[in-house]
Amino acid sequence: MATMVYMEALSPTMEEGRLVKWLKQEGDPVNVGDALAEVETDKAVMELTARADGVLRQVSVAAGETVPVGHVVAAILAPGEGVGEGPAAARPPTVTVGNEKWETANVAAAPAAARAPAAGAPVPVGVAAAAEAARVKASPLARRIANETGVDLKLLQGSGPGGRVIKRDLERAAALASAPAATAPAAEPFPVPRFPSPERPYEDVPLTQIRKTIAKRLVTSLGPIPHYFLTAEVDMERAAEAREALNRQLGEQGKLSFNDIIIKTTALALTKHRACNAWFQEDHIRYWNEVHLGMAVAVEDGLITPVIRNADRKSLAEIGREARALAEQARSRRLQPADYTGATFSVSNLGMFDIDQFTAVINPPEAGILAVGSIVPKPVGVDDRVAVRRRMRVTLSCDHRVIDGATGAAFLQTLKQMLENPLAMLL
Amino acid sequence: MTTATAPASKDGAQVELQRRMLRQMLLIRRFEEKAAESYALGKIGGFCHLYIGQEAVAVGSLAALRDDDYVISSYREHGQALARGIPATAVMAELFGKATGCSKGKGGSMHLFDASKRFMGGHGIVGGHIPLAAGLGFAIRYRGGDQVCLCFFGEAAVNIGAFHEALNMASVYKLPVIFCCENNHYGMGTAFDRVAAVTDVVEHACSYDMAAELVNGMDVSAVYEATQRAVRRARSGGHPTLLEVRTYRFMGHSMSDPLHGVYRTKEEVEEQKKRDPISHLVLALKEEGVLDDAALEALDQEARAVVEEAVKFAEASPDPDPSELGTHVLAD
Amino acid sequence: MPTLTYRDALNQALREEMQRDTNVFLMGEEVGLYQGAYKVSRGLLEEFGPMRVVDTPIAELGFAGLGVGAAMAGLRPVIEFMTWNFAVLALDQIVNSAAKILYESGGQIPIPIVFRGPNGAALQLAAQHSQAWEAWLAHIPGLKVVAPATPADAKGLLKSAIRDNNPVIVLEGEMLYNTMGEVPDGEYLVPIGKADVKRDGRDVTLLCHSKTVTTALKAAELLAGQEGVSAEVLDLRSLRPLDEAAILASLRKTNRAVVVEEGWPHCGIGAQVVDLIQRDAFDHLDAPVLRVTQADVPLPYNKQLERLAKPSPDKVVAAVRRVLYLD
Repeated sequence: MATMVYMEALSPTMEEGRLVKWLKQEGDPVNVGDALAEVETDKAVMELTARADGVLRQVSVAAGETVPVGHVVAAILAPGEGVGEGPAAARPPTVTVGNEKWETANVAAAPAAARAPAAGAPVPVGVAAAAEAARVKASPLARRIANETGVDLKLLQGSGPGGRVIKRDLERAAALASAPAATAPAAEPFPVPRFPSPERPYEDVPLTQIRKTIAKRLVTSLGPIPHYFLTAEVDMERAAEAREALNRQLGEQGKLSFNDIIIKTTALALTKHRACNAWFQEDHIRYWNEVHLGMAVAVEDGLITPVIRNADRKSLAEIGREARALAEQARSRRLQPADYTGATFSVSNLGMFDIDQFTAVINPPEAGILAVGSIVPKPVGVDDRVAVRRRMRVTLSCDHRVIDGATGAAFLQTLKQMLENPLAMLL
Repeated sequence: MTTATAPASKDGAQVELQRRMLRQMLLIRRFEEKAAESYALGKIGGFCHLYIGQEAVAVGSLAALRDDDYVISSYREHGQALARGIPATAVMAELFGKATGCSKGKGGSMHLFDASKRFMGGHGIVGGHIPLAAGLGFAIRYRGGDQVCLCFFGEAAVNIGAFHEALNMASVYKLPVIFCCENNHYGMGTAFDRVAAVTDVVEHACSYDMAAELVNGMDVSAVYEATQRAVRRARSGGHPTLLEVRTYRFMGHSMSDPLHGVYRTKEEVEEQKKRDPISHLVLALKEEGVLDDAALEALDQEARAVVEEAVKFAEASPDPDPSELGTHVLAD
Repeated sequence: MPTLTYRDALNQALREEMQRDTNVFLMGEEVGLYQGAYKVSRGLLEEFGPMRVVDTPIAELGFAGLGVGAAMAGLRPVIEFMTWNFAVLALDQIVNSAAKILYESGGQIPIPIVFRGPNGAALQLAAQHSQAWEAWLAHIPGLKVVAPATPADAKGLLKSAIRDNNPVIVLEGEMLYNTMGEVPDGEYLVPIGKADVKRDGRDVTLLCHSKTVTTALKAAELLAGQEGVSAEVLDLRSLRPLDEAAILASLRKTNRAVVVEEGWPHCGIGAQVVDLIQRDAFDHLDAPVLRVTQADVPLPYNKQLERLAKPSPDKVVAAVRRVLYLD
């Protein structure tokens, strides 16, 4: 299936890009990550990289041309994949008779089209083909359903020939939209709550050590610390796509979770907003030059916040591995103090519990914590249309003694932009 | 196979018939001249095959028919339509393509129809209507009637399979059909003897065990009498007849074709014009003392007046309503 | 309800209509003394006599034209062609006479005539005797064209055709003559221009007529068994006029269609059906409409080659899999 190469937003503010030069030519084999072209953004000259393995085809933008972000500039086709791939050009099924194969030319595929390169023949590679590639391919029925339900066909991955969006793709999207938190590991049924001893009205449980600590620390937080909360809704479509792409690439090496992406992004955003990466120390504020991210982990009888050190400098894969290891150690109570102290900022994610949005209590002496809700497909305005997109709400709890409203808001804005445009992390 | 014309006794009825035939021939001649003029003025479109020179065939043969007999023809049928009694107004209006035409403007010159006169059409495919004539004859026989069907076609149709299939079946089934071959010697621009192995059409009747007569088509009385004999055969026992009526077309094949040129000489046409069937009849009537110049002039003026009236009617008539486009494709 | 062969259902229709209306007569090669090349006219000569059951010379153009002439005079001829392959010789009469006279006479002379006979391939009759002519015939304004698939439809449509005041082409099938089915006794008319759902379904519409109804029904069975696909089989029955409403209604339900026909693909009946669907059901289509037709070749004699050339349930299943995106 063809993978379109778009003019990507290589900076958060980029709306169009000038294709400076092609680094790969039509017909060149390319691998994921290969630089395909140099693109001049509003800030710098960047590289447009391949997001699929295959052969570069349908180059429709010449060097020197400026096109808007999102414009298809080429396609990457699987080796051997025809440009005019479609029902007319598709090979007819064959039936075997004796030892010979006979083309059942009369089944659907017009034999005339197969023989004569006249009407209905594959469009030659070129501008026309590129224009065809830029089009969203959808069956008329799919278009009608999309129109009626306000779904943006561009956001759907078509499962028909040549990536054609067909009815079942919309049905899947609709199921996704109505299903609870498709991104959470919610495949397991939610446990039905049962009281352990329904015959008694209550049960006195002595405080465990961890429970005592939580009680003590959180009282010193919400009481003395002047909390305020900032909430933003983040469009996670691109992040989700990036995650899918990366997971495909990682294959068996392990899967990235949304949480990994959020941790990495938060860490990067903090590097741009040191005012939020700080400790309140009664007579001074310690602004950290390193980012150590606390990651709230629910354990059997409480929660604990193991720390991913220097999260801004670690790759997503490293973060993923480390986060899983820490969570596992937390649940098995094998965390050492060094593992859960020294965070400069924390993230608490209840997305997997279908929580849309919540406020988290700051872990002193840190000055902020990010509460992450679940990712939910919902109708939103995109340009002039209503489209279903995967959205996530994040709420930043701030210690007003350290972080002023605008400061927190700026941080949250950067975080949102990064999540909405994962490539911006490259900046 | 040729039967001699019986000596005519000139009674009043016969004179009256001859005067009537002269009137019809004059009407056809003036009508066709006017049609040529109207064609040249762009009022008539498409193909327009004129009958000038052949008037005696239609007039003589149709004079032998009853009103309940069937008539069917090829596309050179203005003369037959007029001789059958379709009003000149309706025929001219059809040539003009008007709603008042005998086919409501949908048929044109080649497809004149009047079911009320049992005039079953001009037909455009050479020879294609000859089997239809057999079918009309079959219907007569099926119902046990004593009507006949008179079918006109040109000599070029004799080379078509349909002619042979129809004659064979008419003979096998004993159908009351008179196959009237108007042999004007040319199929468009091709002389019959260049393309026919047997140039005497009547000889084909032998193949189908059918009565036949070779008739002088420039003599209206001869045509009338030969047709009468054929009609008698048909009415009495349902036996078909093949008439070969030798005639001559004074005009080109169609309005867009030359009078003469590569396929026939001007001299030949001029020579044939000396056999003009109208002059022939006029001369005979004058010799018999039943027609003088004044009477002829009066008849001619009458014919011209009818044709003038027909043109006025056609010009004044409306085109078919656009809604007529889709009517009559299917019957209810 | 009595069970009859397709052949006897046609025979019954002819007999009933000839009894009902003395204007109806049957004409064609071998229809009388020989009792019909395919025995459709068995017993009719004895019952109605030689004036109404007329043996003809081998002269398709001639007797087709004779029939049209008789219809011009108000009779209701039923012209039997031994096969439609021979009727090509008579096309001038069908196209230039039967289909034209009403129109070019300005509505004065209707042509109530039936042209009928077997159409399409039988078995190993080679190219000249194995052709499906419906696309040729349905092309002509002024004609009606029906192609019954079952004995009941054969009876009902032939009776309607005989009563129709227009030239009606009745396409039968040599391979259908022996098929059995329930046929209502006596007065039973199937209206011309009405399609019939031969099998109800949800996922895809198989549009077919005549012999391909059998093909489609078999394919639908295979699909239900192997793929769990619910195929609707819509028997067009009438090719001119087409039951456009029925086609569109089915398409709006299933969103996908495969047209199955015996004819060649180029300019075939399916092409017309697809034109209708793309025009009037465009927004209901979830896949391009595919066609299963005879191969675009003269039909070969060799059994294996012939089988390859013809539509088959397997080919229909393959096409359905494609429109359902199952491949």
